[in-house]
Amino acid sequence: MSILNSKIPEGPLAEKWSKHKGAIKVVSPANKRKLEIIVVGTGLGGASAAASLAELGYKVKAFCYQDSPRRAHSIAAQGGINAAKNYQNDNDSVHRLFYDTIKGGDYRSREANVYRLAEVSPNIIDQCVAQGVPFGREYGGLLDNRSFGGVLVSRTFYARGQTGQQLLIGAYQALNRQIAKGAVEMYSRHEMLDVVKIDGKARGIIARDLVTGKIKRFGAHAVVVATGGYGNVFFLSTNAMGSNGSAAWQCYKHGAFMSNPCFVQIHPTCIPVHGDQQSKLTLMSESLRNDGRVWVPKKKEDAVKLQKGEIGPNDIKDEDRDFYLERRYPSYGNLVPRDVASRAAKERCDEGFGVNGEGKAVFLDFKYSIERLGKKVIEARYGNLFQMYEKITDVDPYKEPMMIYPAIHYTMGGTWVDYNLMTTVPGLYAIGEANFSDHGANRLGASALMQGLADGYFILPYTIGDYLADEIMVPKIDTNKPEFEAAEKAVTGRIEILFNIKGKKTVDYFHKKLGQIMWDNVGMARNAEGLKIAIAEIKKIREEFWSDVKVPGELNNLNPELEKAGRVADFIDIGELMARDALDRNESCGGHFREESATEEGEAKRNDELFTYVSCWEFKGERKEPELHKEPLKFENIKLSQRSYK
Amino acid sequence: MADKILKKLNIKVWRQNRASEKGKFENYTIENISTGSSFLEMMDILNNELIEKGIDPIAFDHDCREGICGTCSLYINGRPHGPDTEVTTCQLHMRKFKAGETITIEPWRARAFPVIKDLIVDRSAFDKILQAGGFVSVNTGGVPDANTIPVAYDDAEEAMDAAACIGCGACVAACKNSSAMLFVSAKVSHLAKLPQGRVEAKSRARNMIAKMDELGFGGCTNTGACEAECPKSISIVNIARLNREYLVARMSE
Repeated sequence: MSILNSKIPEGPLAEKWSKHKGAIKVVSPANKRKLEIIVVGTGLGGASAAASLAELGYKVKAFCYQDSPRRAHSIAAQGGINAAKNYQNDNDSVHRLFYDTIKGGDYRSREANVYRLAEVSPNIIDQCVAQGVPFGREYGGLLDNRSFGGVLVSRTFYARGQTGQQLLIGAYQALNRQIAKGAVEMYSRHEMLDVVKIDGKARGIIARDLVTGKIKRFGAHAVVVATGGYGNVFFLSTNAMGSNGSAAWQCYKHGAFMSNPCFVQIHPTCIPVHGDQQSKLTLMSESLRNDGRVWVPKKKEDAVKLQKGEIGPNDIKDEDRDFYLERRYPSYGNLVPRDVASRAAKERCDEGFGVNGEGKAVFLDFKYSIERLGKKVIEARYGNLFQMYEKITDVDPYKEPMMIYPAIHYTMGGTWVDYNLMTTVPGLYAIGEANFSDHGANRLGASALMQGLADGYFILPYTIGDYLADEIMVPKIDTNKPEFEAAEKAVTGRIEILFNIKGKKTVDYFHKKLGQIMWDNVGMARNAEGLKIAIAEIKKIREEFWSDVKVPGELNNLNPELEKAGRVADFIDIGELMARDALDRNESCGGHFREESATEEGEAKRNDELFTYVSCWEFKGERKEPELHKEPLKFENIKLSQRSYK
Repeated sequence: MADKILKKLNIKVWRQNRASEKGKFENYTIENISTGSSFLEMMDILNNELIEKGIDPIAFDHDCREGICGTCSLYINGRPHGPDTEVTTCQLHMRKFKAGETITIEPWRARAFPVIKDLIVDRSAFDKILQAGGFVSVNTGGVPDANTIPVAYDDAEEAMDAAACIGCGACVAACKNSSAMLFVSAKVSHLAKLPQGRVEAKSRARNMIAKMDELGFGGCTNTGACEAECPKSISIVNIARLNREYLVARMSE
């Protein structure tokens, strides 16, 4: 266990971050100019970090696979961002946000990290307003708030249903300002394919120019990975088509431990799957649960008629509707956390009460709030989401309830980091969704945006100095060194192998097959037998992939299939590790539900005695079993209890 | 809403292997597409068929597939983002097409957006315009409390209307002059409507317009085609506001 030093400062919880800031080293402005930092990914974490580091005077190189940094998938976040401002005078506080987040994460995250997140959250809102983020306001001109799942206060700031877009544009504008000044060199349409280590420290990356196909070397004194989550392992998810786990996976192969990979968030309100031609799933914001009521029919015969299309939802009387979240969880009602809402929907559908042709959907109904508040109010709050729903499904949600079903959305697991956000590889950092640290086994709504921006604006810019202060004598990294040579050769070799398999099956074939195995066995409900099957099946997919995949096109040209092939090759490996981790964790917690470990009411049942730890997986070589290390979680300020939202 | 199957579609699509090579239209047919599928899902299916036949699949830009990232960019049957209103290509569904129809797909056509491959164009000119001034010059930290300056509800709403721009480039593609005025005006309006952005309003308008001209976008002749095709319904009122900001900026020079 000695390898894992979380570097959590001593002392009372509320003083840890200020004490730590006082203790860590600072780099002088003259030295910052000599130090280079690579930031991979330009979502909320990456863009805010790249901009803030450049403002401090570091020389930054930023990378994204998209054609512009503005397109990173943070842009798709809809509902909002949490902050402990207590503007609503509803008794919110840093401590309450901290407590809600730890409890929401089912007691599987670090107290110190989560407290710091809550502590810096108010600064984020100040920063965004100063950048010109057009948050929703009251008529008096002050900022408005809404409520999100798993909390009893209103602390969520929003910009209509496009909060992620507006926050990302804010960070992108700050980034653009630094690009214009020459403080950030921006590399769009570049994909990181490997990290380069020299004498054990991260010193650069190998990236492919996605337009020309050229493999390029980039050196730096530190590397920051802000590449998001790996939800696309499941093929169908709410992630963007290009979202991938490859950068994080290369870090893993170079010694960065991967933590809690089985912790995946399944979001309860997504538009259900239709047919077999679907490429991705669309989220309907959690904010809709502020005003929408979730229900299925009380009587099975009504459900059967709905499934056959013989009746519509409006044919079912109020007294024949089962508002099962309000029934099961009277105090939180429709605003229970995501994992609880997802499982409850699955339970009803498994019992035969699903409401679409496949029996895999529940209703989210706005009839009641439209009656109470009027259509205009609902339109002002959710107009763009309703429009999106109608365009996709051809159903008008002002007249008929939405149909929704859970879908893969976010990965709480990720690269292990210490309190400074550094991985187990010196000089290699992971921020935002890419790291594991703040959300435990379930993330609360509107907290992903908060964490990405907290890491990028207010945490990494401080903590990275502690490492770089000792690097000021290191000259500009020479990319002609043998380590770069070898890394480039390995990357080129792997691409050539993929390209020369010239098999019969498309990349999508393998991705869909992997996704199905993951959804069936490593999805919303897991058990030992299914997980063992998944591991065996994934191994078979790997063999088949590496002998029969067909990658068309040219190596030295824009080639989307080649990009996908590399990502899917890594998804196969990530999927296996997820299954392994889920198998090890024989308890239920948050989004990780082991059928062997449930309460009588079917809720997740933790086993604190055996599993109050962060799993940390160490790579031991291709096709070799990884080694599990454990970081014990210590709770000094919160008493662990069975989570209840009743 | 029951989905139907479109038995057969003819796809006429622009193929161009790289910027330096000549392009041309190719014709393909595709069968059994569900009307519930999105346009890009139809493209995925077509591409998988092409790969199986040993033909290089059609390169097209796409990412979030929920209408917000602004990556997708197809010119379908003579319209940016195709025959539906207020949607991006990724939200366009096949129920908007009829069986047997020929669907023509082209890349954005504008001098400032050169083709990279097939239907993918280079829109980095948009980034460059924003780098010229589309920001508020504040560093991280040291800013006042978010509620220090109240912002009138209507101003915040108007700023949000303009800030909804996704930077897809449909406005440029729709314009006969390939003007970027709607795009530029959306950013200028978004920031000018808020007190935080007001401080630099003049230099912002001046610098962004100068950059837009330099990058080869055409002038605006008020045809309104941009507004009609904008997937986010950005209004040309913003262009009037930009002209006003620009005039004030020039007069105060």
